[in-house]
Amino acid sequence: MLEPRDILETIRMIQDEHLDVRTITMGISLLDCIDPDIDRACQKVYEKITTKARDLVKTGEDIEKQYGIPIINKRISVTPIALLCAACKGGDPVKFALTLEKAAQTVGVNFIGGYSALVQKGFAAGDLELIRSIPQALSQTTCVCSSVNVGSTKAGINMDAVKLMGEVVLKASELTADRDCIGSAKLVVFCNAPEDNPFMAGAFHGVGEADCVINVGVSGPGVVSAALQKAGDCSISDLAEIIKKTAFKITRMGQLVAWEASQRLGVPYGIVDLSLAPTPAIGDSVAHILEAMGLEQCGAHGTTACLAMLNDAVKKGGVMASSRVGGLSGAFIPVAEDAGMIAAARSGALSIEKLEAMTAVCSVGLDMIVIPGDTPASTISAIIADEAAIGMINSKTTAVRLIPAIGKQVGDELNFGGLLGTGPVMRVNSRSPERFIARGGFIPAPIQSLKN
Amino acid sequence: MKKAVLTVIGKDMVGILAKVSAMCASHNANVVEVTQSVMQEMFAMIMLIDISALNTDFSAMSDHFANLGKEMGLSIHVMHEDIFNSMHRI
Repeated sequence: MLEPRDILETIRMIQDEHLDVRTITMGISLLDCIDPDIDRACQKVYEKITTKARDLVKTGEDIEKQYGIPIINKRISVTPIALLCAACKGGDPVKFALTLEKAAQTVGVNFIGGYSALVQKGFAAGDLELIRSIPQALSQTTCVCSSVNVGSTKAGINMDAVKLMGEVVLKASELTADRDCIGSAKLVVFCNAPEDNPFMAGAFHGVGEADCVINVGVSGPGVVSAALQKAGDCSISDLAEIIKKTAFKITRMGQLVAWEASQRLGVPYGIVDLSLAPTPAIGDSVAHILEAMGLEQCGAHGTTACLAMLNDAVKKGGVMASSRVGGLSGAFIPVAEDAGMIAAARSGALSIEKLEAMTAVCSVGLDMIVIPGDTPASTISAIIADEAAIGMINSKTTAVRLIPAIGKQVGDELNFGGLLGTGPVMRVNSRSPERFIARGGFIPAPIQSLKN
Repeated sequence: MKKAVLTVIGKDMVGILAKVSAMCASHNANVVEVTQSVMQEMFAMIMLIDISALNTDFSAMSDHFANLGKEMGLSIHVMHEDIFNSMHRI
Protein backbone atom coordinates (compact mmCIF):
# COMPACT_ATOMS: atom_id res chain seq x y z
CA MET A 1 0.00 0.00 0.00
CA LEU A 2 1.17 3.48 -0.80
CA GLU A 3 1.12 5.87 2.13
CA PRO A 4 -0.03 9.44 1.46
CA ARG A 5 2.94 10.63 3.55
CA ASP A 6 5.42 8.86 1.23
CA ILE A 7 3.69 10.20 -1.86
CA LEU A 8 3.82 13.75 -0.57
CA GLU A 9 7.46 13.33 0.44
CA THR A 10 8.43 12.32 -3.10
CA ILE A 11 6.53 15.24 -4.58
CA ARG A 12 8.14 17.67 -2.13
CA MET A 13 11.61 16.32 -3.00
CA ILE A 14 11.01 16.97 -6.70
CA GLN A 15 9.13 20.27 -6.39
CA ASP A 16 10.98 22.04 -3.60
CA GLU A 17 14.28 20.26 -3.13
CA HIS A 18 15.56 19.91 -6.71
CA LEU A 19 15.50 16.11 -6.80
CA ASP A 20 16.31 15.06 -10.32
CA VAL A 21 18.10 12.52 -12.44
CA ARG A 22 21.15 14.46 -13.54
CA THR A 23 21.88 12.46 -16.65
CA ILE A 24 21.05 9.46 -18.77
CA THR A 25 24.27 8.74 -20.61
CA MET A 26 24.45 6.27 -23.45
CA GLY A 27 27.89 4.70 -23.76
CA ILE A 28 28.69 3.74 -27.36
CA SER A 29 31.72 1.75 -28.45
CA LEU A 30 33.41 3.09 -31.58
CA LEU A 31 35.91 0.23 -31.86
CA ASP A 32 34.13 -1.03 -34.97
CA CYS A 33 34.54 2.39 -36.61
CA ILE A 34 38.34 2.28 -36.68
CA ASP A 35 39.61 2.90 -40.20
CA PRO A 36 42.97 4.00 -41.65
CA ASP A 37 41.14 6.62 -43.73
CA ILE A 38 40.12 9.34 -41.26
CA ASP A 39 37.20 10.56 -43.36
CA ARG A 40 35.78 7.08 -43.63
CA ALA A 41 36.29 6.60 -39.88
CA CYS A 42 34.41 9.86 -39.20
CA GLN A 43 31.56 8.73 -41.45
CA LYS A 44 31.27 5.43 -39.55
CA VAL A 45 31.38 7.27 -36.20
CA TYR A 46 28.59 9.61 -37.26
CA GLU A 47 26.43 6.75 -38.50
CA LYS A 48 26.94 4.60 -35.42
CA ILE A 49 26.17 7.39 -32.95
CA THR A 50 23.13 8.70 -34.78
CA THR A 51 21.75 5.16 -35.15
CA LYS A 52 22.31 3.98 -31.58
CA ALA A 53 21.24 7.23 -29.92
CA ARG A 54 18.44 8.14 -32.31
CA ASP A 55 15.72 7.74 -29.68
CA LEU A 56 17.73 8.65 -26.58
CA VAL A 57 16.40 12.17 -26.06
CA LYS A 58 12.77 11.26 -26.84
CA THR A 59 12.93 8.25 -24.50
CA GLY A 60 14.39 10.42 -21.74
CA GLU A 61 11.57 12.92 -22.16
CA ASP A 62 8.91 10.18 -22.10
CA ILE A 63 10.34 8.74 -18.88
CA GLU A 64 10.35 12.22 -17.36
CA LYS A 65 6.62 12.48 -18.07
CA GLN A 66 5.76 8.98 -16.89
CA TYR A 67 7.41 9.32 -13.50
CA GLY A 68 7.20 13.06 -13.11
CA ILE A 69 10.97 13.27 -12.49
CA PRO A 70 13.08 15.87 -14.25
CA ILE A 71 15.91 14.29 -16.24
CA ILE A 72 18.26 17.22 -16.76
CA ASN A 73 20.72 15.89 -19.33
CA LYS A 74 20.81 13.29 -22.04
CA ARG A 75 24.38 12.58 -23.02
CA ILE A 76 26.62 10.25 -24.97
CA SER A 77 30.02 8.84 -24.08
CA VAL A 78 32.21 7.14 -26.68
CA THR A 79 35.38 5.06 -26.89
CA PRO A 80 38.47 7.24 -26.28
CA ILE A 81 39.06 8.86 -29.67
CA ALA A 82 42.85 8.38 -29.37
CA LEU A 83 42.21 4.68 -30.16
CA LEU A 84 40.64 5.69 -33.47
CA CYS A 85 43.44 8.18 -34.16
CA ALA A 86 45.96 5.37 -33.74
CA ALA A 87 44.85 3.86 -37.05
CA CYS A 88 44.81 7.07 -39.10
CA LYS A 89 48.40 8.18 -39.48
CA GLY A 90 48.75 11.87 -40.26
CA GLY A 91 45.01 12.67 -40.07
CA ASP A 92 43.87 15.71 -38.09
CA PRO A 93 42.11 14.45 -34.92
CA VAL A 94 39.97 17.61 -34.81
CA LYS A 95 37.93 15.99 -37.63
CA PHE A 96 36.72 13.48 -35.04
CA ALA A 97 35.73 16.29 -32.67
CA LEU A 98 33.71 17.99 -35.41
CA THR A 99 32.06 14.65 -36.24
CA LEU A 100 31.13 14.10 -32.58
CA GLU A 101 29.69 17.62 -32.44
CA LYS A 102 27.60 17.05 -35.56
CA ALA A 103 26.33 13.69 -34.30
CA ALA A 104 25.46 15.17 -30.89
CA GLN A 105 23.50 17.95 -32.53
CA THR A 106 21.68 15.54 -34.82
CA VAL A 107 20.40 13.43 -31.92
CA GLY A 108 19.90 16.46 -29.65
CA VAL A 109 22.04 15.50 -26.64
CA ASN A 110 23.55 18.12 -24.30
CA PHE A 111 27.10 16.80 -24.25
CA ILE A 112 29.21 14.11 -25.85
CA GLY A 113 32.30 12.87 -24.03
CA GLY A 114 35.22 10.76 -25.15
CA TYR A 115 37.65 13.05 -26.92
CA SER A 116 40.06 11.24 -24.67
CA ALA A 117 43.36 9.44 -24.31
CA LEU A 118 44.57 7.01 -21.64
CA VAL A 119 48.30 7.54 -21.19
CA GLN A 120 49.01 6.56 -17.58
CA LYS A 121 51.77 4.17 -18.63
CA GLY A 122 53.00 5.86 -21.80
CA PHE A 123 51.94 7.27 -25.14
CA ALA A 124 50.73 4.87 -27.83
CA ALA A 125 50.09 5.75 -31.47
CA GLY A 126 47.48 8.50 -31.71
CA ASP A 127 47.73 9.63 -28.07
CA LEU A 128 50.08 12.58 -28.52
CA GLU A 129 48.33 13.78 -31.68
CA LEU A 130 45.00 13.71 -29.88
CA ILE A 131 46.26 15.44 -26.74
CA ARG A 132 47.94 18.22 -28.74
CA SER A 133 44.70 18.77 -30.70
CA ILE A 134 42.49 19.13 -27.60
CA PRO A 135 42.62 22.97 -27.37
CA GLN A 136 41.63 23.31 -31.05
CA ALA A 137 38.94 20.63 -30.76
CA LEU A 138 37.35 22.30 -27.72
CA SER A 139 37.45 25.76 -29.25
CA GLN A 140 35.76 24.59 -32.46
CA THR A 141 32.96 22.65 -30.76
CA THR A 142 30.40 23.42 -28.07
CA CYS A 143 29.26 20.09 -26.65
CA VAL A 144 32.34 17.87 -27.06
CA CYS A 145 34.10 17.02 -23.80
CA SER A 146 37.64 15.81 -23.42
CA SER A 147 39.58 13.89 -20.79
CA VAL A 148 43.05 12.46 -20.38
CA ASN A 149 44.03 9.83 -17.82
CA VAL A 150 47.60 10.52 -16.68
CA GLY A 151 47.96 8.15 -13.74
CA SER A 152 46.66 5.09 -11.94
CA THR A 153 47.35 3.12 -8.79
CA LYS A 154 48.61 0.20 -10.89
CA ALA A 155 50.74 2.22 -13.33
CA GLY A 156 51.92 5.28 -11.40
CA ILE A 157 51.90 8.77 -12.92
CA ASN A 158 53.11 9.67 -16.38
CA MET A 159 54.89 12.96 -15.64
CA ASP A 160 55.53 13.68 -19.33
CA ALA A 161 51.76 13.64 -19.79
CA VAL A 162 51.31 15.80 -16.67
CA LYS A 163 53.73 18.37 -18.10
CA LEU A 164 51.93 18.34 -21.44
CA MET A 165 48.49 18.66 -19.85
CA GLY A 166 49.48 21.85 -18.00
CA GLU A 167 50.23 23.39 -21.39
CA VAL A 168 47.07 21.94 -22.98
CA VAL A 169 44.80 23.30 -20.21
CA LEU A 170 46.31 26.76 -20.58
CA LYS A 171 46.03 26.66 -24.37
CA ALA A 172 42.38 25.50 -24.19
CA SER A 173 41.62 28.59 -22.11
CA GLU A 174 43.59 30.92 -24.38
CA LEU A 175 41.78 29.77 -27.52
CA THR A 176 38.40 30.39 -25.88
CA ALA A 177 39.32 33.56 -23.96
CA ASP A 178 36.52 35.42 -25.79
CA ARG A 179 33.99 32.89 -24.43
CA ASP A 180 34.91 33.01 -20.72
CA CYS A 181 37.63 30.39 -21.30
CA ILE A 182 34.95 27.69 -21.69
CA GLY A 183 37.41 25.36 -23.46
CA SER A 184 39.17 24.29 -20.28
CA ALA A 185 35.81 23.81 -18.50
CA LYS A 186 35.23 20.87 -20.88
CA LEU A 187 38.59 19.22 -20.17
CA VAL A 188 39.37 16.85 -17.29
CA VAL A 189 42.72 15.34 -16.31
CA PHE A 190 42.22 12.07 -14.44
CA CYS A 191 44.05 9.63 -12.25
CA ASN A 192 42.26 6.23 -12.05
CA ALA A 193 39.57 7.33 -14.53
CA PRO A 194 36.42 5.16 -14.34
CA GLU A 195 35.34 3.59 -17.63
CA ASP A 196 31.60 3.88 -17.02
CA ASN A 197 31.24 7.42 -15.70
CA PRO A 198 28.05 9.12 -16.96
CA PHE A 199 29.08 12.61 -15.77
CA MET A 200 30.74 15.24 -17.93
CA ALA A 201 33.25 16.46 -18.75
CA GLY A 202 35.04 13.21 -17.87
CA ALA A 203 32.74 10.61 -19.44
CA PHE A 204 34.14 8.13 -21.93
CA HIS A 205 33.16 4.59 -22.86
CA GLY A 206 35.92 2.24 -21.70
CA VAL A 207 37.28 -0.55 -23.86
CA GLY A 208 36.10 -3.18 -21.38
CA GLU A 209 32.48 -2.08 -21.78
CA ALA A 210 29.73 -3.63 -23.90
CA ASP A 211 28.93 -2.24 -27.36
CA CYS A 212 26.22 0.08 -26.05
CA VAL A 213 25.01 0.67 -22.47
CA ILE A 214 22.86 3.04 -20.47
CA ASN A 215 24.40 4.64 -17.39
CA VAL A 216 22.49 6.96 -15.10
CA GLY A 217 23.79 9.65 -12.78
CA VAL A 218 21.52 10.69 -9.93
CA SER A 219 21.64 13.92 -8.02
CA GLY A 220 19.95 15.42 -5.00
CA PRO A 221 22.12 17.60 -2.73
CA GLY A 222 19.00 19.69 -2.03
CA VAL A 223 17.13 16.66 -0.67
CA VAL A 224 19.98 15.71 1.67
CA SER A 225 20.41 19.28 2.81
CA ALA A 226 16.66 19.65 3.54
CA ALA A 227 16.63 16.36 5.47
CA LEU A 228 19.58 17.49 7.61
CA GLN A 229 18.02 20.87 8.32
CA LYS A 230 14.87 19.14 9.55
CA ALA A 231 16.94 16.91 11.83
CA GLY A 232 17.93 19.79 14.11
CA ASP A 233 20.42 19.20 16.93
CA CYS A 234 21.18 15.49 16.79
CA SER A 235 24.47 13.59 16.89
CA ILE A 236 26.70 12.95 13.87
CA SER A 237 25.68 9.27 13.95
CA ASP A 238 22.07 10.32 13.50
CA LEU A 239 23.04 12.60 10.60
CA ALA A 240 24.85 9.69 8.92
CA GLU A 241 21.68 7.58 9.24
CA ILE A 242 19.55 10.33 7.69
CA ILE A 243 21.96 10.71 4.76
CA LYS A 244 21.98 6.95 4.16
CA LYS A 245 18.20 6.75 4.06
CA THR A 246 17.92 9.77 1.79
CA ALA A 247 20.62 8.44 -0.55
CA PHE A 248 18.72 5.15 -0.71
CA LYS A 249 15.57 6.89 -1.93
CA ILE A 250 17.43 9.05 -4.45
CA THR A 251 19.26 6.05 -5.87
CA ARG A 252 16.12 3.92 -6.13
CA MET A 253 14.70 6.59 -8.35
CA GLY A 254 17.86 6.54 -10.49
CA GLN A 255 17.75 2.76 -10.67
CA LEU A 256 14.13 2.84 -11.84
CA VAL A 257 14.95 5.39 -14.55
CA ALA A 258 18.02 3.43 -15.67
CA TRP A 259 16.02 0.22 -15.88
CA GLU A 260 13.15 1.84 -17.74
CA ALA A 261 15.48 3.60 -20.22
CA SER A 262 17.35 0.39 -20.88
CA GLN A 263 14.09 -1.51 -21.53
CA ARG A 264 12.68 1.14 -23.83
CA LEU A 265 15.86 1.58 -25.83
CA GLY A 266 16.68 -2.13 -25.95
CA VAL A 267 20.16 -1.38 -24.62
CA PRO A 268 21.71 -3.12 -21.58
CA TYR A 269 21.67 -1.25 -18.31
CA GLY A 270 25.20 -0.40 -17.19
CA ILE A 271 25.43 1.31 -13.83
CA VAL A 272 23.88 3.92 -11.59
CA ASP A 273 26.38 6.54 -10.46
CA LEU A 274 25.56 7.38 -6.84
CA SER A 275 26.46 10.99 -6.85
CA LEU A 276 25.47 14.18 -5.17
CA ALA A 277 25.95 16.55 -8.07
CA PRO A 278 25.29 20.18 -7.20
CA THR A 279 24.00 22.90 -9.52
CA PRO A 280 24.36 26.66 -9.12
CA ALA A 281 20.64 26.84 -8.18
CA ILE A 282 19.91 27.92 -4.62
CA GLY A 283 19.12 24.87 -2.51
CA ASP A 284 21.10 22.41 -4.65
CA SER A 285 24.51 22.76 -3.06
CA VAL A 286 26.90 20.22 -1.51
CA ALA A 287 28.57 23.05 0.44
CA HIS A 288 25.22 23.79 2.09
CA ILE A 289 24.99 20.15 3.25
CA LEU A 290 28.34 20.56 5.00
CA GLU A 291 27.12 23.82 6.49
CA ALA A 292 23.88 22.12 7.63
CA MET A 293 26.09 19.70 9.58
CA GLY A 294 27.31 22.65 11.63
CA LEU A 295 30.08 24.50 9.82
CA GLU A 296 29.84 28.30 9.64
CA GLN A 297 30.96 28.13 6.02
CA CYS A 298 32.36 25.46 3.74
CA GLY A 299 36.16 25.57 3.97
CA ALA A 300 36.23 25.93 7.76
CA HIS A 301 38.28 23.40 9.72
CA GLY A 302 36.05 20.32 9.97
CA THR A 303 35.05 20.48 6.30
CA THR A 304 37.11 17.42 5.34
CA ALA A 305 35.60 15.36 8.18
CA CYS A 306 32.05 16.36 7.27
CA LEU A 307 32.65 15.59 3.60
CA ALA A 308 34.19 12.20 4.41
CA MET A 309 31.12 11.22 6.41
CA LEU A 310 28.76 12.53 3.73
CA ASN A 311 30.54 10.71 0.93
CA ASP A 312 30.62 7.41 2.79
CA ALA A 313 26.99 7.60 3.89
CA VAL A 314 25.85 8.38 0.33
CA LYS A 315 27.62 5.24 -0.89
CA LYS A 316 26.25 3.06 1.92
CA GLY A 317 22.68 4.15 1.24
CA GLY A 318 23.06 4.02 -2.52
CA VAL A 319 24.73 0.63 -2.84
CA MET A 320 21.76 -1.16 -1.32
CA ALA A 321 19.35 0.68 -3.61
CA SER A 322 20.90 -0.37 -6.87
CA SER A 323 21.85 -3.66 -8.44
CA ARG A 324 24.89 -2.22 -10.23
CA VAL A 325 26.82 0.79 -9.08
CA GLY A 326 29.78 2.45 -10.73
CA GLY A 327 31.13 5.65 -12.23
CA LEU A 328 32.37 8.26 -9.81
CA SER A 329 29.82 7.59 -7.05
CA GLY A 330 30.20 10.15 -4.27
CA ALA A 331 29.81 13.83 -3.49
CA PHE A 332 31.02 16.25 -6.14
CA ILE A 333 32.68 19.51 -5.18
CA PRO A 334 32.83 21.57 -8.39
CA VAL A 335 33.39 25.12 -7.16
CA ALA A 336 31.74 27.05 -10.00
CA GLU A 337 28.71 24.74 -10.09
CA ASP A 338 27.79 25.01 -6.41
CA ALA A 339 26.20 28.14 -4.91
CA GLY A 340 27.69 27.44 -1.46
CA MET A 341 31.19 26.80 -2.84
CA ILE A 342 31.03 29.97 -4.94
CA ALA A 343 30.11 31.97 -1.83
CA ALA A 344 32.88 30.33 0.20
CA ALA A 345 35.47 30.97 -2.51
CA ARG A 346 34.36 34.61 -2.82
CA SER A 347 34.57 35.21 0.92
CA GLY A 348 38.00 33.58 1.12
CA ALA A 349 36.79 30.77 3.43
CA LEU A 350 37.66 28.16 0.82
CA SER A 351 41.15 27.83 -0.69
CA ILE A 352 42.59 25.49 -3.31
CA GLU A 353 44.69 23.87 -0.57
CA LYS A 354 41.53 23.03 1.44
CA LEU A 355 39.81 21.75 -1.70
CA GLU A 356 42.80 19.49 -2.30
CA ALA A 357 42.39 17.98 1.16
CA MET A 358 38.67 17.51 0.52
CA THR A 359 39.38 15.58 -2.69
CA ALA A 360 41.18 12.92 -0.65
CA VAL A 361 37.84 11.88 0.89
CA CYS A 362 35.25 12.57 -1.79
CA SER A 363 34.37 11.35 -5.19
CA VAL A 364 36.37 13.43 -7.65
CA GLY A 365 38.95 16.17 -7.46
CA LEU A 366 39.77 19.80 -8.04
CA ASP A 367 36.76 20.53 -10.16
CA MET A 368 35.67 23.73 -11.93
CA ILE A 369 38.23 25.92 -10.21
CA VAL A 370 39.06 29.22 -11.85
CA ILE A 371 42.68 30.33 -11.44
CA PRO A 372 44.51 33.51 -12.52
CA GLY A 373 45.18 33.65 -16.28
CA ASP A 374 48.89 34.29 -15.77
CA THR A 375 49.42 31.01 -13.87
CA PRO A 376 52.40 29.28 -15.55
CA ALA A 377 51.73 25.96 -17.31
CA SER A 378 54.24 24.30 -14.94
CA THR A 379 52.15 25.34 -11.92
CA ILE A 380 49.01 23.87 -13.55
CA SER A 381 50.99 20.67 -14.20
CA ALA A 382 52.12 20.61 -10.57
CA ILE A 383 48.52 20.97 -9.33
CA ILE A 384 47.61 18.05 -11.62
CA ALA A 385 50.54 16.03 -10.24
CA ASP A 386 49.50 16.68 -6.62
CA GLU A 387 45.94 15.64 -7.31
CA ALA A 388 46.97 12.56 -9.30
CA ALA A 389 49.24 11.56 -6.40
CA ILE A 390 46.28 11.65 -4.00
CA GLY A 391 44.33 9.39 -6.36
CA MET A 392 47.21 7.03 -7.01
CA ILE A 393 48.12 6.49 -3.35
CA ASN A 394 44.53 6.23 -2.11
CA SER A 395 43.32 3.97 -4.95
CA LYS A 396 40.57 6.37 -5.90
CA THR A 397 39.60 8.50 -8.85
CA THR A 398 40.85 12.06 -8.77
CA ALA A 399 40.38 14.62 -11.48
CA VAL A 400 41.49 18.14 -12.21
CA ARG A 401 39.38 20.63 -14.13
CA LEU A 402 41.08 24.01 -13.81
CA ILE A 403 40.08 27.06 -15.80
CA PRO A 404 42.85 29.63 -16.24
CA ALA A 405 40.95 32.92 -16.62
CA ILE A 406 42.92 34.65 -19.34
CA GLY A 407 43.47 38.32 -18.54
CA LYS A 408 41.87 38.01 -15.08
CA GLN A 409 43.15 38.09 -11.52
CA VAL A 410 41.97 37.14 -8.03
CA GLY A 411 38.79 39.14 -7.39
CA ASP A 412 37.53 38.74 -10.98
CA GLU A 413 34.99 36.11 -12.05
CA LEU A 414 34.13 33.98 -15.05
CA ASN A 415 30.51 33.29 -15.95
CA PHE A 416 29.86 30.10 -17.90
CA GLY A 417 26.07 30.12 -17.64
CA GLY A 418 23.78 27.13 -17.15
CA LEU A 419 24.92 24.16 -15.08
CA LEU A 420 28.59 25.21 -15.32
CA GLY A 421 27.88 28.27 -13.18
CA THR A 422 30.09 31.14 -12.11
CA GLY A 423 33.66 30.94 -10.89
CA PRO A 424 35.53 33.46 -8.78
CA VAL A 425 39.26 33.45 -9.60
CA MET A 426 41.03 31.66 -6.73
CA ARG A 427 44.52 32.35 -5.43
CA VAL A 428 47.27 29.94 -6.49
CA ASN A 429 50.56 29.49 -4.61
CA SER A 430 53.09 31.50 -6.65
CA ARG A 431 56.24 29.50 -5.74
CA SER A 432 57.58 27.76 -8.85
CA PRO A 433 57.57 23.96 -9.41
CA GLU A 434 59.23 24.55 -12.81
CA ARG A 435 62.31 22.32 -12.29
CA PHE A 436 60.24 19.44 -10.92
CA ILE A 437 57.84 19.50 -13.86
CA ALA A 438 60.61 19.93 -16.48
CA ARG A 439 62.21 16.63 -15.39
CA GLY A 440 59.54 14.43 -17.02
CA GLY A 441 59.57 10.65 -16.58
CA PHE A 442 57.29 8.56 -14.37
CA ILE A 443 56.30 8.41 -10.73
CA PRO A 444 56.49 4.64 -10.15
CA ALA A 445 53.37 2.72 -9.11
CA PRO A 446 52.98 2.75 -5.33
CA ILE A 447 53.28 -0.21 -2.98
CA GLN A 448 49.90 -1.59 -1.93
CA SER A 449 50.79 -2.81 1.54
CA LEU A 450 52.38 -1.16 4.63
CA LYS A 451 49.58 1.41 4.47
CA ASN A 452 50.35 4.21 6.85
CA MET B 1 -3.23 -3.57 -13.27
CA LYS B 2 -0.95 -0.58 -14.03
CA LYS B 3 -1.62 2.31 -11.73
CA ALA B 4 -0.64 5.94 -11.44
CA VAL B 5 -0.83 8.36 -8.55
CA LEU B 6 -2.57 11.65 -9.19
CA THR B 7 -2.05 14.44 -6.66
CA VAL B 8 -3.93 17.71 -6.49
CA ILE B 9 -2.80 20.41 -4.12
CA GLY B 10 -4.04 23.99 -3.92
CA LYS B 11 -6.70 26.37 -2.68
CA ASP B 12 -10.08 24.72 -2.11
CA MET B 13 -12.85 25.66 -4.54
CA VAL B 14 -16.05 24.29 -6.05
CA GLY B 15 -15.69 21.54 -8.62
CA ILE B 16 -12.13 20.28 -8.12
CA LEU B 17 -13.12 16.66 -7.68
CA ALA B 18 -15.65 16.89 -10.53
CA LYS B 19 -13.20 18.34 -13.04
CA VAL B 20 -10.37 16.00 -12.12
CA SER B 21 -12.53 12.89 -12.24
CA ALA B 22 -14.13 14.03 -15.51
CA MET B 23 -10.66 14.29 -17.00
CA CYS B 24 -9.80 10.80 -15.69
CA ALA B 25 -12.93 9.46 -17.36
CA SER B 26 -12.15 11.21 -20.64
CA HIS B 27 -8.82 9.34 -20.75
CA ASN B 28 -10.48 6.08 -19.74
CA ALA B 29 -8.59 5.99 -16.44
CA ASN B 30 -10.56 4.32 -13.66
CA VAL B 31 -10.35 5.87 -10.21
CA VAL B 32 -9.38 3.08 -7.79
CA GLU B 33 -8.89 4.98 -4.55
CA VAL B 34 -9.25 8.53 -3.32
CA THR B 35 -8.03 10.19 -0.18
CA GLN B 36 -8.55 13.88 0.34
CA SER B 37 -8.34 16.43 3.07
CA VAL B 38 -9.11 20.11 3.38
CA MET B 39 -7.06 21.86 6.02
CA GLN B 40 -7.97 25.48 6.60
CA GLU B 41 -8.37 26.50 2.95
CA MET B 42 -5.86 24.10 1.43
CA PHE B 43 -7.14 21.18 -0.56
CA ALA B 44 -5.00 18.05 -0.91
CA MET B 45 -6.15 14.99 -2.80
CA ILE B 46 -4.37 11.80 -3.76
CA MET B 47 -6.04 9.52 -6.29
CA LEU B 48 -4.89 6.11 -7.39
CA ILE B 49 -5.98 5.56 -10.97
CA ASP B 50 -5.92 2.49 -13.19
CA ILE B 51 -4.03 3.31 -16.39
CA SER B 52 -4.10 -0.13 -18.07
CA ALA B 53 -6.74 0.91 -20.61
CA LEU B 54 -5.85 4.55 -21.35
CA ASN B 55 -7.10 5.87 -24.67
CA THR B 56 -4.08 8.20 -25.06
CA ASP B 57 -0.45 7.76 -24.14
CA PHE B 58 0.73 8.58 -20.66
CA SER B 59 2.66 11.74 -21.63
CA ALA B 60 -0.37 13.26 -23.34
CA MET B 61 -2.54 12.60 -20.29
CA SER B 62 0.09 14.06 -18.01
CA ASP B 63 0.18 17.24 -20.15
CA HIS B 64 -3.63 17.52 -20.03
CA PHE B 65 -3.64 17.31 -16.24
CA ALA B 66 -0.83 19.84 -15.96
CA ASN B 67 -2.86 22.24 -18.15
CA LEU B 68 -5.99 21.66 -16.07
CA GLY B 69 -3.91 22.48 -13.00
CA LYS B 70 -2.74 25.73 -14.56
CA GLU B 71 -6.30 26.73 -15.50
CA MET B 72 -7.57 26.10 -11.98
CA GLY B 73 -4.52 27.46 -10.16
CA LEU B 74 -3.76 24.06 -8.61
CA SER B 75 -0.71 21.89 -8.66
CA ILE B 76 -1.67 18.60 -10.35
CA HIS B 77 0.79 15.78 -10.96
CA VAL B 78 0.33 12.32 -12.41
CA MET B 79 3.16 9.90 -11.76
CA HIS B 80 3.46 6.19 -12.40
CA GLU B 81 3.11 4.31 -9.09
CA ASP B 82 6.44 2.52 -9.62
CA ILE B 83 8.35 5.59 -8.52
CA PHE B 84 6.71 5.54 -5.08
CA ASN B 85 7.03 1.78 -4.76
CA SER B 86 10.72 1.89 -5.60
CA MET B 87 11.55 4.86 -3.40
CA HIS B 88 9.63 3.84 -0.31
CA ARG B 89 9.74 0.03 -0.32
CA ILE B 90 12.72 -2.25 0.02
